[in-house]
Amino acid sequence: MSIDHARRKFLWEAAALAGVALAPGITLYDLAHGRPPEAAAPGSVRWGLLVDMNRCQVDCDACVRACDTENGLSGGKAITDSQWIRKVTLKDPRGTVRSLPMMCQHCAEPPCVDVCPTGASFKRADGIVLVDRHTCIGCRYCMMACPYGARSFVHEPVTGQKPDVPRGKGCVESCTLCVHRIDRDRIPACVEACAAEGHKALLFGDLNDPKSEISQRIATVATTQVRADLNLDTAVRYQGL
Amino acid sequence: MTSAVLGSSSPRRFWALVALGGAIVLAGLFAAHVMEERGHIVTGMNNRIVWGMPHVFAIFLIVAASGVLNVASIGSVFGHAAYKARAPFSGILCLALLAGGLTVLMLDLGRPERIVVAATHYNFTSVFAWNMFLYTGMAAIVAVYLWVLMERRFNRWSRPVGIAAFAWRIILTSGTGSIFAFLVARQAYGTALLVPLFLAMSFAWGLAIFLVAQSALAASIGRPTPIPVRRRMGHLLALFIATVLLLVAAYHLTNLYFARQAAFERFLLVEGGIYPQLFWWIYVVAGSVVPLVLLWHPRFATAGYTLAAALLTIAGAFALLYVFIIGGQAFPLEMFPGYAITSSFADGRVATYAPSLPEVALGVGGVGIAFLIALIGARVLDLAPHDDAVAAHGAH
Repeated sequence: MSIDHARRKFLWEAAALAGVALAPGITLYDLAHGRPPEAAAPGSVRWGLLVDMNRCQVDCDACVRACDTENGLSGGKAITDSQWIRKVTLKDPRGTVRSLPMMCQHCAEPPCVDVCPTGASFKRADGIVLVDRHTCIGCRYCMMACPYGARSFVHEPVTGQKPDVPRGKGCVESCTLCVHRIDRDRIPACVEACAAEGHKALLFGDLNDPKSEISQRIATVATTQVRADLNLDTAVRYQGL
Repeated sequence: MTSAVLGSSSPRRFWALVALGGAIVLAGLFAAHVMEERGHIVTGMNNRIVWGMPHVFAIFLIVAASGVLNVASIGSVFGHAAYKARAPFSGILCLALLAGGLTVLMLDLGRPERIVVAATHYNFTSVFAWNMFLYTGMAAIVAVYLWVLMERRFNRWSRPVGIAAFAWRIILTSGTGSIFAFLVARQAYGTALLVPLFLAMSFAWGLAIFLVAQSALAASIGRPTPIPVRRRMGHLLALFIATVLLLVAAYHLTNLYFARQAAFERFLLVEGGIYPQLFWWIYVVAGSVVPLVLLWHPRFATAGYTLAAALLTIAGAFALLYVFIIGGQAFPLEMFPGYAITSSFADGRVATYAPSLPEVALGVGGVGIAFLIALIGARVLDLAPHDDAVAAHGAH
């Protein structure tokens, strides 16, 4: 039986074509899949957020609503409700009114982590400050220590929890920078919502990567850390404050 | 024997007091149960006033627990016979107050059932974690101290153990003060002055508690405290009250000198509604100036006035702690100097707080625990001071 060279060539070419077609898909799948659950967060990265106050609209709370939806918060605005992100309105002595979102500032030197008796408040290698819901005893010392009032205590039984965001009565919680999304290579819900509104006041990225957009913006425009006097080296920076 | 006297003289009154203490403790435990079932929503505490009435009670009890041991220390460490005779009673009061304070602190946790987590996971940069060692160590040292005080064969160990207990409680109260001294975020706290202030407060409040308990014990056995001993203890209390007043004045005067603290001081001392009222009327006037007059002026040298002075000191202590802990949190966090700020999280305005029945019941329950332990301890053990024996030995 003679070899059909034309047929063999066709099969080779088809296989090569399929490879070229599939490879990017597989790579993208890998990217979308993010970090495997058993791997530790990378220490080379420091996630941060830049808030452009010139773009942040006084009457817009898209970031707050997105956070509530993403994390299964009630959206209630009583002083006993959990508010991981809130809009703060600032009025200067001349009467100019502006607005900014305030949330956990993900300090490099977090006072909440220092004071937590059990180590439930902790900072991940990539700079995200979190509360371990299994070891938080609900003493609220971290809330006493936080200069930003960024943390909430769960005062009532919670319902409608999201699988990615476990919560529980009697524990302290705060902005996780949407760590469950970051670990799947997605941006925080507030950033996405702000962009969807067309404001683009929130920029998320790696503060350790000099080529990242956030690093380049911080290198070129004046940005502020809230309570910079405390030297906490916050990962949330404000432009135009 | 005193215990025999206690046992034979008033069993009905004793059981009535046990029933009263038990009822207070049960009410406190029920309040804690409600708080755990329904959450802290049943309290007046919120995301701005995160520490409320339970902390006022717990910190009072823990600070006073350290100070009440002063009486034993003056006896064992400094060798005053009249105080030595009161050392065991002082030791049992210390354990009682410590148990009451720690129970309140524990039951106020959001997850009190996780106390085992607190005992197995330590973060050594946390003053709270240090305090867990300091509190348990204090209870252990005082238990040993009581043992060597009451077991005659080991009496010679009472001085070294007394010195250890003295040193430990100075560190313990420094640790309690440091819980606040290490907080940079809020204007009320974050000053090293809080460490000597807490030490002075422990001396004054502990001695005030001791004088009240001693009056009760003396009344129950029908043997009043000798006048020179009572007067000496009264003068010591006056000295401690004056020291606290001086340090409180130093705290506010230094704050007033710093321009960035001026608004906070104006709030706490003048414009803050309930806080200046409590500070000036209950702490300064009723809780400090009046007791000083009662203790120092010869016209008021009776047992009744000494007791009144001690009770007023305790009332002043609660007022001072309320202003310090709750007033300190009520003043808004200074995040954006120069701007008037508002938000859905009460930024930029004074936080409101109204204590609820469950949290007050929990705090009072802690006092009930201390009362029960002291009451039963005083009945079971031979705690009443033998001043006649001291006099017979011709000690000073």
